[in-house]
Amino acid sequence: MSKISEAEVRAEVRQWLAANWDPDMSLVQWRGKLADSGWGMPQWPQAWYGRGLSHALARVVEEEFANVGAVGVAKSGVRMLAAATLLEHGSDLQKKQLLRRILTGEDTWCQFFSEPGSGSDLAGATTRADLKGDFWIINGQKVWTTSAHHADHGLLLARTDWDAPKHEGLSYFVIDVKQPGVDVQQLKQMNGHASFNQVFFTDAKVPKENLVGRVGEGWKVAVTTLAHERRGADGLPAPAKSGTRVGKIHAEERAETEKANQPYKWYPQRAGRVDLIIDRATETGAHKDPYLRQEIAKLMILAKSAEWTARRARAAQQQGRPQGPEGSLGKLAASHVARACSRVHTLITGTQAMLTGRESPREGIIAEILVSVPAVSIAGGTDEIQRNIIAERVLDLPKEPRFDTGPFRNVRKN
Amino acid sequence: MATAEGYDPAVWRQLSEDLALPGIHVPEQYGGAGFGMVELCIVTEELGRALLCAPYFSTAVLAANAIMNSGTETQKSALLPDIAEGARLATLAVTEPDGNWDPTGIAVVATPDADGYRLNGAKSYVVDGHVADLLIVAARAPKTSGGEGLALFTLDANTGGVKRRLLESMDPTRKIARIDFHSAHAKLLGSLEDGAKPILRTLDQAAIALANEMMGGAQALLESAVKYAKLRVQFGRTIGSFQAVKHKLADMLLEVELAKSAAYYAAQAAAAEDPEWPALASLAKAAASETYLHTAAECIQIHGGIGFTWDNDTHLWFKRAKSSEVFLGQPSYHRELLMQRWGV
Repeated sequence: MSKISEAEVRAEVRQWLAANWDPDMSLVQWRGKLADSGWGMPQWPQAWYGRGLSHALARVVEEEFANVGAVGVAKSGVRMLAAATLLEHGSDLQKKQLLRRILTGEDTWCQFFSEPGSGSDLAGATTRADLKGDFWIINGQKVWTTSAHHADHGLLLARTDWDAPKHEGLSYFVIDVKQPGVDVQQLKQMNGHASFNQVFFTDAKVPKENLVGRVGEGWKVAVTTLAHERRGADGLPAPAKSGTRVGKIHAEERAETEKANQPYKWYPQRAGRVDLIIDRATETGAHKDPYLRQEIAKLMILAKSAEWTARRARAAQQQGRPQGPEGSLGKLAASHVARACSRVHTLITGTQAMLTGRESPREGIIAEILVSVPAVSIAGGTDEIQRNIIAERVLDLPKEPRFDTGPFRNVRKN
Repeated sequence: MATAEGYDPAVWRQLSEDLALPGIHVPEQYGGAGFGMVELCIVTEELGRALLCAPYFSTAVLAANAIMNSGTETQKSALLPDIAEGARLATLAVTEPDGNWDPTGIAVVATPDADGYRLNGAKSYVVDGHVADLLIVAARAPKTSGGEGLALFTLDANTGGVKRRLLESMDPTRKIARIDFHSAHAKLLGSLEDGAKPILRTLDQAAIALANEMMGGAQALLESAVKYAKLRVQFGRTIGSFQAVKHKLADMLLEVELAKSAAYYAAQAAAAEDPEWPALASLAKAAASETYLHTAAECIQIHGGIGFTWDNDTHLWFKRAKSSEVFLGQPSYHRELLMQRWGV
């Protein structure tokens, strides 16, 4: 890539948008155009739907898109994790077959990592893949799979060697979800929603060429996926940029976002809804109680401090400085905030905290907070795992003693 | 620390002459370095980290800010250069023997006379009150109460009618004194019209500087605990390899970083005169108070038996944490103030 200036990028993307952007195109048609031009993912390599631009210049492109209200490529859900993993470890054939349809939004993806027997300990997966002729035969169970019920492809971590040590016996595959051996069932949560699935594999088939990376190197590939997942929070779809704009393409984008957001309607409640605290205190009169004033102030201090800590982390990142410890603390801090919110919402709500649904204050939102908050300290790495990570990586304390070395066959499992 | 003065004059000279720290936030026209709240807080954070025993908080944070907030042009020109140079120690006396940090409760009376004012009453918990050369005293006009009639007054500590007594205090690293005024002659600092405003402003700035100082101390304690957890061996392994200890340390780090963010944010807001900054001063002070003391207690816990001995320095930080927790108002006081300032 030759050195290209910000002004040159700006001029070029403006010109391209002026010639091509049309809000009355179909979403897929437009995104196909975007993918082929390289303007959809300008930071990707030139050979694969990108332009090899730096992240800073890619932001410039994004700005130009925003200026004219142009829709971007599909980015929601697991698809960007899949794309990043394939770009790094996939074969040319895989990239050719899969990347473009990721960007156009034609294919939806999901991630088959967690299992009932391995949550925090992902590398302890026991779903098996056995090679028979030209196919890998998959048997086992995955869980906490978002969007599996409408996904086309899954990123699958499965065990291919039981005699190798835990991390060395895994392989990574792209599996076709819509096949007879894959049974997707909704998983109902304690808050009544069903945002995830459990998926049973019974002699499901994966063609040999769908192996990503080499046999036995699945963990290495999974680490790439997980790193991107951590960087991009939990793959939640971004709110539609279309807003109230008119045009076929905007309507399609709004519908797409709404569908993708559906399973996450309770997520704000999961985080504790600190934004409601002061209003609730005032509307219930709780703000006159000196004890509650103290408890509310404690919560607000915690929440504000967490917000400013996240800002410090972002500021360090934006200035290109290495993040300090504040960067690794967000998840644990969010967990504390959520629990404190749940506690204070209960204090404010009093006896009414026994009610749910329409009987509960704020049309059930308060009740939903109380039964959704327990997810925060578990999903995406439990608080205990976060503390281990912080202690070992930030404070450089000794690692946990291991009891899972040697052939995986002999390691104690659930 | 071990002397009656409570600090090492040689170190104070170095800090003043070589580093010009007492005047870091004082405008250049008054002999200072011309920086602001953010830089002042960087200094207090480092002093807190080192647990330096020096009359910095009294002279630079309390007195210099009080003069800058309240003094007339002439008074600032007369008083600030000596303070910025470290040549004259000064302090601010607000609280009285009842320990109330709310200026509306002030009872010391300033009665006007021919050439100034006569002070009567008692101040207590006055930081470095036993060594300060210049006293700045919050007092009220006769027959006033609450927020009415409050103002700041200055007097030389050796003025007749001033009786100073070093208090026996838990924290040996920051000395406090009781000061009795018996018709002591004082001058008005600034004007009577400003009332309690400059007092509150000074206390809020001090709360932010103290919050940052406390974060320096908490950071030092956290590092000390981590270091010890990597060294100390029990049951054939370093105690830092036990999850009970690792997780405690991770929680300490989280708590310290959260409170640091509040302290930094408040300093920035005060420097920018963000209208919300007095509320943030209370927020940062409450957060820092809880965090510093908790970190100190946990640091002792991780040290085990040795942490409870006089030979191990942890107790000095613990005592500074304890005195700082209530100095300028305890956490519950500031939480209530925060709610009021947020209009709840």
